Amino acid sequence: MSALAELPPKNFEVMPKLDHAGEPMGELLEVSMGPHHPSTHGVFRMDVVLDGEEVVKLKPVFGYLHRNHEKIGENISYLSSMPYTDRLDYFCSMTNNWAYALTIERLAGLAVPERAEYIRVIMAELTRLQNHTCLIGFFVQDMGALGTPMMYAFREREKILDLFEAVSGARMMCNYMRFGGVRVDVDDAWLAQAKKVTDEYGKFLDEFETFLSANEILLARTQGVGVIPRELAINASITGPMLRAAGVDYDLRKVDKYGIYGRFEFKVPLGEHSDIYDRYMVRVLEMRESIKILQQALAAIPAGPFMDPKAKLRGFRPKPGEVYGRVEGPKGELGFYIISDGSPNPYRYRVRPPSFINLTILEDMCLGHKVADAVVILGSVDIVLGEVDR
Amino acid sequence: METLEQIKTRLEKELPMTQLDIVANDCPAGERSLLVAAPSALAVARFLRDDSQLKLDYCSNVTGIDWPQATIKTKVKKKVAVGGVEKEIEEIVETLRSGHLEVVYHLYSMALKHGPVVLRMRTENRTGHTHLPSLTPLWRGAELQEREVFDLYGVIFDGHPDLRRILMWDGFAGFPMRRDYVSPDDFEYEPTPHDEVLEQARKHYPTEVKA
Repeated sequence: MSALAELPPKNFEVMPKLDHAGEPMGELLEVSMGPHHPSTHGVFRMDVVLDGEEVVKLKPVFGYLHRNHEKIGENISYLSSMPYTDRLDYFCSMTNNWAYALTIERLAGLAVPERAEYIRVIMAELTRLQNHTCLIGFFVQDMGALGTPMMYAFREREKILDLFEAVSGARMMCNYMRFGGVRVDVDDAWLAQAKKVTDEYGKFLDEFETFLSANEILLARTQGVGVIPRELAINASITGPMLRAAGVDYDLRKVDKYGIYGRFEFKVPLGEHSDIYDRYMVRVLEMRESIKILQQALAAIPAGPFMDPKAKLRGFRPKPGEVYGRVEGPKGELGFYIISDGSPNPYRYRVRPPSFINLTILEDMCLGHKVADAVVILGSVDIVLGEVDR
Repeated sequence: METLEQIKTRLEKELPMTQLDIVANDCPAGERSLLVAAPSALAVARFLRDDSQLKLDYCSNVTGIDWPQATIKTKVKKKVAVGGVEKEIEEIVETLRSGHLEVVYHLYSMALKHGPVVLRMRTENRTGHTHLPSLTPLWRGAELQEREVFDLYGVIFDGHPDLRRILMWDGFAGFPMRRDYVSPDDFEYEPTPHDEVLEQARKHYPTEVKA
């Protein structure tokens, strides 16, 4: 079998539908959706070709927020990149920090104290909660539920951002983790507040689900829309809730067991139909599992140091070598690939952004659907342009 | 999972014409990688994907690295007999590294939950011969990432279905992630009509790429 036979159809010519006499029934309409469009979640553009209301071709256009994050990372020291990682996926700065810190720790062989590992898990799961909540708010808004669900989502997100602010000083750009630990310790009052937020979250989710999960409009708009076949999802390197909605059991918290995830008891929710509704449901269930992890972590967090005393922040020069580290971010596999040449700056600093790669098969998902569905499909991918364009 | 040596032995048995090397990695936590000659890369990648023991069905990360021409200094310990007494001295050996671009693939298996196998390919040089075979026909996930490597490093992937610039705009000259890229003084897309800015930009723009 030749290699070219497997190529996906790209840059194909599209023609309007023909009537029984072989004449074209109308004209195609080319619409440039974005970059300034509220449903594109930032500055993202889709060149859509429409036959009536049906999408017959769709090309994503990137780069409006490109700032060459990787080049910046190669020109500054290892530690200086930490605040820049906050700006990748600005909803989940904590998991971005963790992914970067984890990679450098593997590169330099640093150990992380027990307490810091627990704090990291708590931060990552809180991040997952607020990211998934907001995403659901956003994408319900994309379907026309203007304001209300998003306001509920943001109300809950505020509580978590307050926790982040209390510990790191910033609500979104936390810059909290360090190589070999975390920047500041959490106190008992903070832990008590985190426990309160966690315990109340389940009730909020019940309430949220009452409004949404069996909502007639939501069901009509999401079931059977934007289906990715399981094989294609694997082949196209889809990760995160999108992959698990396709029924693939691949969660890095279970596969790699990075940090201390091996100690917690939680399940990996899987979808069955791989449509938008499954992606929504997988996220809701994932939040419920996150609450379980949080409760276990908050109950078991030990006292002790929060930073490896041997870790050096200034003048940090890891030995030459290369390493690829990855974590399960709320959007998918977030990886960092670092090559060190022994100097204070990395020789190569690469980010593997999950939402960028999840967009690979956006066209395949949208073809044949209405243009209004394309908006919802894009919403279900969960993109943040700070990460897509880097 | 098999070790890299076992994979290499099996590959050499299966595909006798291939050139394979194992690239060392000084970092203890990192993985060593498999350097594949460009002509056989597609066959090797297909074997890695379809082999029942490996099943590397998930191409996680694709990225480029720029290695300009450089002299590498390495310290070598040498035993020399000085006046009948054997002495160990350190000698600095200089080797010339020819400039090339490198593309790295991190392959995992979702079916068997193992990995990674790191695959590398190198171009001949940095100016004229920057062609490499595209692995997008095997893994769709490499599609946008290979476009990004093309955009930022200038590696031309033969067999890629849609090789265009992705993060930079169409018509942009130069490859920003290369080590010798000089960023222009004027970051406007079209040089602004002010004369001195235009002149300054013109002075700065020629980013000659050395082999």
